[in-house]
Amino acid sequence: MIRDRSDKQVERIGHRRLVKKFQEEQAAGRRRRIWTRTILVIGVTVALVWLFARYRVPVDSWVESIVDWLTDYLGGFFDFISTVVSWMTNSLEKAFLWPSPLVMAGILGIIGWGARGFVFGAFSFIGFALVQSMLLWNAAMSTLSLVLVAAVIAVILGLPLGILAARNQVVSGLVRPILDFMQTMPAFVYLIPAIIFFGIGSVPGVISTVIFAMPPAVRLTELGIRQVDKEVVEAAEAFGATGFKVLRSIQLPLAMPTIMAGVNQVIMLALSMVVMAGIVGAGGLGAVVYRGVMRLDVGLGFQGGLAVVLLAIYLDRLTAALSGGKTGDRAGTA
Amino acid sequence: MTKIEVRRLYKIFGRHSFRAYELLRDGAPLDEVKNRLDVVPAVVDVSLDVQEGEIFVVMGLSGSGKSTLVRCMNRLYEPTAGTILIDGLDIVKLDHKELRQARLEKLSMVFQHFGLFPHYNVLQNTGWGLEVKGEDKAKIKSKSLEALEKVGLAGWEDKMPHQLSGGMQQRVGLARALATDSGILLMDEAFSALDPLIRNEMQQQLVSLQSELKKTIVFITHDLNEAMFLGDRIAILKGGSIDQIGTAEEILTNPATEYVATFVRQVDRSRVLTAASIMQEPIAVILAREGPSAALKAMRDRQVSALFVVGPDRRLMGATLDDEVIAAIRRKEPRLDGILHTDMATVDPETPVSDLLITSAESRLPLPVVKDGRLLGVISRVALLQALGETATVNNGADDSDEAAATIDTEETALDPR
Repeated sequence: MIRDRSDKQVERIGHRRLVKKFQEEQAAGRRRRIWTRTILVIGVTVALVWLFARYRVPVDSWVESIVDWLTDYLGGFFDFISTVVSWMTNSLEKAFLWPSPLVMAGILGIIGWGARGFVFGAFSFIGFALVQSMLLWNAAMSTLSLVLVAAVIAVILGLPLGILAARNQVVSGLVRPILDFMQTMPAFVYLIPAIIFFGIGSVPGVISTVIFAMPPAVRLTELGIRQVDKEVVEAAEAFGATGFKVLRSIQLPLAMPTIMAGVNQVIMLALSMVVMAGIVGAGGLGAVVYRGVMRLDVGLGFQGGLAVVLLAIYLDRLTAALSGGKTGDRAGTA
Repeated sequence: MTKIEVRRLYKIFGRHSFRAYELLRDGAPLDEVKNRLDVVPAVVDVSLDVQEGEIFVVMGLSGSGKSTLVRCMNRLYEPTAGTILIDGLDIVKLDHKELRQARLEKLSMVFQHFGLFPHYNVLQNTGWGLEVKGEDKAKIKSKSLEALEKVGLAGWEDKMPHQLSGGMQQRVGLARALATDSGILLMDEAFSALDPLIRNEMQQQLVSLQSELKKTIVFITHDLNEAMFLGDRIAILKGGSIDQIGTAEEILTNPATEYVATFVRQVDRSRVLTAASIMQEPIAVILAREGPSAALKAMRDRQVSALFVVGPDRRLMGATLDDEVIAAIRRKEPRLDGILHTDMATVDPETPVSDLLITSAESRLPLPVVKDGRLLGVISRVALLQALGETATVNNGADDSDEAAATIDTEETALDPR
């Protein structure tokens, strides 16, 4: 670096050397780290590829032994979960089936009316009446209760995880690949260990549904909280509020539309998974569709499918109303 | 009394921030450290004192570290090194709980984009600080209403922030800060997001509020006009360190560095300079006890067509014009009393120059600057125009042009065409 140097600059040359020295140390450290890493990566790659080529890697038996271990040692825990979940689904299903179908369809229609408007309410009423006239009422209510229980559990688990991820970069970094894994793993695969842990019935269906449907709850909670205007959060903190107070009074309410969009996604994913869970004996519309497939009964399969679609539209529009309409425009002005 | 005492404060962003601080502290050049260590030194070795009850303005362009500096004061940003004493308490060393306490009791803040809570109404927004403090509901409400009253928003408490105009939203921001009764107000570019007209209005309101509240205000701005208008003292920040601290007039008339001088050139001087700062020694003055002949001689000697007449203690009695003096001599009047013009406009030394323009345009004589009846100086039209048009130069340069102004001025008075 060529510059003419005044007296002051000459004094500073000493310091400039210090800076240079520090920078050189840094650079040397970086070079060392890069070298070590490269050698390590090459070594591990070669070793593993050689191993894979030479032997069959028994991922299957590993997973199996993990599952065995879990059943042996955490059996009691799984039994407990099983009891709680089946109690929840059963009581909810019972509640849905308690009024006569047309009355219940009317109630669902009124809820739709309250959330979105009269036309939507009327259509919901008609749709549910159609489900009843296809003689699929019990199956539909069973599916609805499975979906709701799974969605509630997914949100209860996903919300705190999302909050944690929003506040902590490390948690966020850890959670993201796990969520990717949960979402991309073919959904059927969850059913296998779920059966082993929880047996046949509605519980393994609910549990695998929770795993499959949870990611949007986590992701959109994190996103919603991170999206809250930085200055608004600063303003809340500047007056001496605790982290919890800021979270509860400012961040969560402002993130609510986004979180509700996540809940909507959770419910949709849960519905699609619950249908698949019909294969493992979770009952409901999934079982109807599955029966149709097994018997090559086009009519039965289509009826089941149509009922699922009606349920899906109803739940989607209902939760979309909660996330959009009322609070959306307010968050926009933040 | 010193309210905030900042000593050798550093805030450096980046992975090697502490190492960078150590190097900077030991005198390493800033550019070198910045580039080679890949850090952003936002605040570098800043020391300043803010006196109780003053508006202290920190002024700088974007990236000069001014917002970082103010955020260090309530530790929204953690300083890398240095001390910040508030009422003698070192904010930097407080643990979380003590810091919250300090924020509750001593510091409140107003934000550039208002930082209002969109899901709270005006009243709830205003009461936030008190809610955090854990006051009971009735007290929160009464104090919030009181604060809203102060900023002129009484009757708006049930509105949501998005229903308000920008200026009103910032009033809510101000009310929220006032409601907690904290002694210190940190205002981060509080008026920068507002339209110019609203901004002026808010500035004036802040000044009048301050005259009754006497808070200690740290005001951040990138607008030198705003700084000059509001600031009892101004610190000019460049690249994270302070170029100059002083009153508006000190900075305007005596910029410490070329950088400050460049800024000062853009100032609307009329709002900053006062009559006292541009007035000149009155030379066209005569004592009342001297007669018309002495007056005529003085006019001839000084080549002017009018004189101010003063009594003992330079008490301004009036002015007299050349033709009337000549007439008085013909009438053989021994005294000037008969031909005194006493109805002329006078100005107070504290009057801002902007308010002098009309008075000056309407008056044929230079404006007499008067305090307690005494003539302190005069402002000629030329001096006024020159003060408005003057471009600042560093240090002694400014003095030279003042002298030039003085010479031109005497000529103008002499040639006054009446």
